[in-house]
Amino acid sequence: MNLAEAIRLRDPSRLPSRRDENWRWTDLRSLVRTLPEASPVLDSGRLGSGPFEGICVTVVTLANGVGPGAIEVSAGETRTLALRNVSRGEGSHAAHLRITVAAGARLTLLESHEGDGGGLSLLSLEVDLAAGASCERLVIADGGVDAISLVDADIRLGAGAEWGQTLLTNGARRQRLETRVLNPGDGASVRLDGVYVLSGRSHADLTSSVTHSGPQGQTVQLARGVVDDQARAVFQGRITVETGADGTDARMAHNALILSDRAEVDARPELEIYADDVACAHGATVGALDAELLFYMRQRGLPEAEARSLLLASFLGEVIDRIQCAAAAGRMRGWLQGRIGGSVE
Amino acid sequence: MLSLRNLHARVGEREILKGLSLEIPAGEVHAIMGPNGAGKSTLSYVLTGRPGYEVTSGTAELDGADLLTLAPDERAARGLFLSFQYPLEIPGVPALTFIRTSVNAQRKARGEVEMSAPDFLKRARACAADLKMDFDMLKRPLNVGFSGGEKKRMEILQMALLSPRFMILDETDSGLDIDALRIVSEGVNALRSPDRSLLVITHYQRLLDYIRPDRVHVLAGGRIVASGGPELAHELERDGYDKFARAA
Repeated sequence: MNLAEAIRLRDPSRLPSRRDENWRWTDLRSLVRTLPEASPVLDSGRLGSGPFEGICVTVVTLANGVGPGAIEVSAGETRTLALRNVSRGEGSHAAHLRITVAAGARLTLLESHEGDGGGLSLLSLEVDLAAGASCERLVIADGGVDAISLVDADIRLGAGAEWGQTLLTNGARRQRLETRVLNPGDGASVRLDGVYVLSGRSHADLTSSVTHSGPQGQTVQLARGVVDDQARAVFQGRITVETGADGTDARMAHNALILSDRAEVDARPELEIYADDVACAHGATVGALDAELLFYMRQRGLPEAEARSLLLASFLGEVIDRIQCAAAAGRMRGWLQGRIGGSVE
Repeated sequence: MLSLRNLHARVGEREILKGLSLEIPAGEVHAIMGPNGAGKSTLSYVLTGRPGYEVTSGTAELDGADLLTLAPDERAARGLFLSFQYPLEIPGVPALTFIRTSVNAQRKARGEVEMSAPDFLKRARACAADLKMDFDMLKRPLNVGFSGGEKKRMEILQMALLSPRFMILDETDSGLDIDALRIVSEGVNALRSPDRSLLVITHYQRLLDYIRPDRVHVLAGGRIVASGGPELAHELERDGYDKFARAA
């Protein structure tokens, strides 16, 4: 199974299926019987503006998979970069982008996945952070209801490096946002947050794995989401603490609200610990909006829709509160607000 | 003001109110006392429209308008307020945000202009001072981590800011020490006026020393079984509910 090869060779038998344990809730093979033709080249001058427009000067665009293959942030540099991954039409395409952040450099990566049409797209990111480097990756994935959208990130951290990530998604026909992080410890820290707001028949899969290979590393993860109608969310989070990674501190939480009888959330939080003296915890909850609380709010005069929006905004807003880049956090709040109504304070 | 006639209500299969009638004119304070399980809280939920509380017959009118066909928020916009026996916590929503949103939702429903943020803050500061509440508490998520007594004060603060016409206090005295009881009662008394009415639900006569009722009713077995002046509360305190429970 190799996604990029499947797309390049237009061979659906290479797509993952429910028989692959890690893909059992996001089955692609039964969905994609034949792979669409390669996507056409887009006129990059006619792609409009992305959700982070105006926050930073540098914008890197991948248009139907065509764009630069590497980004480098040199030692000591501080940079904010918008990365737009734009997919149009019914074709299929795959792109690969390698990002290196040199020692002591700081990168804020404002990444958007903008799709329409019913195509199949894959973006594979490879990110290397040198010792003491830091990167905050903030993602808005607005995939398009008919699209199949796959984003795969491999993150390797140097000693003491800092990785912060917040994914926001409203899903797609099938969508998977996967992140794998290698945390070598030695003060390296990882934050892997996510928010999904799904309705209609959309599907979003937030899969992550963090491997702690050395002592004194930290990982925190908070994923929250809301599913309505016949939507389906998948959360798979794994944290592995290898032998010798003593003193690791890892905390994972996933909380979901289901708003409809026909919506579904599949969650699999996993901690695998082979080291000593570690502080690890995970918690997962799936529930409905609190009916008693809704009544209380309505008694104070809030119409039901407004009461629901306020509860959802506060529930999801706690994830946004953890973002460092204030300007981007504002955009992400606005994006959420547009999907749940009310204001996300 | 409030007029209840032969009200029957059930929760699930269980009938709790069994023909309750009550008239509360404008400007009056009425108290409802009664043993556990008599239907006191059910009455407050039926009036405010809590889902799951089904009225099977009878009528409930506020200023001549049928309450029972209105949604809970529509009843609130018409001036009905319930101070909850167990106020709820709203994680992530600061009290000030919540109350201002409520005030403006009610105003919007009544076709009034929204209250500006500075006006609201000014009023909120004044109300908090009256209730001897630290204003910083209002910046915290509503009721989260508050003590029982703090939650009750927050209810009265919301009541003052929403300025309702008909107020129901459900066991507001529970969880309050003597000082807090006095402060909360003063807050309630400040809202008394000729065009407002108040229904006080309580187990104990103590609260009625602070909030003096015009009428006292005994609720037992889902009906009002006795009504009288303030002296009835003292009689109940002395003799208990036994004879009324039997009458029911």
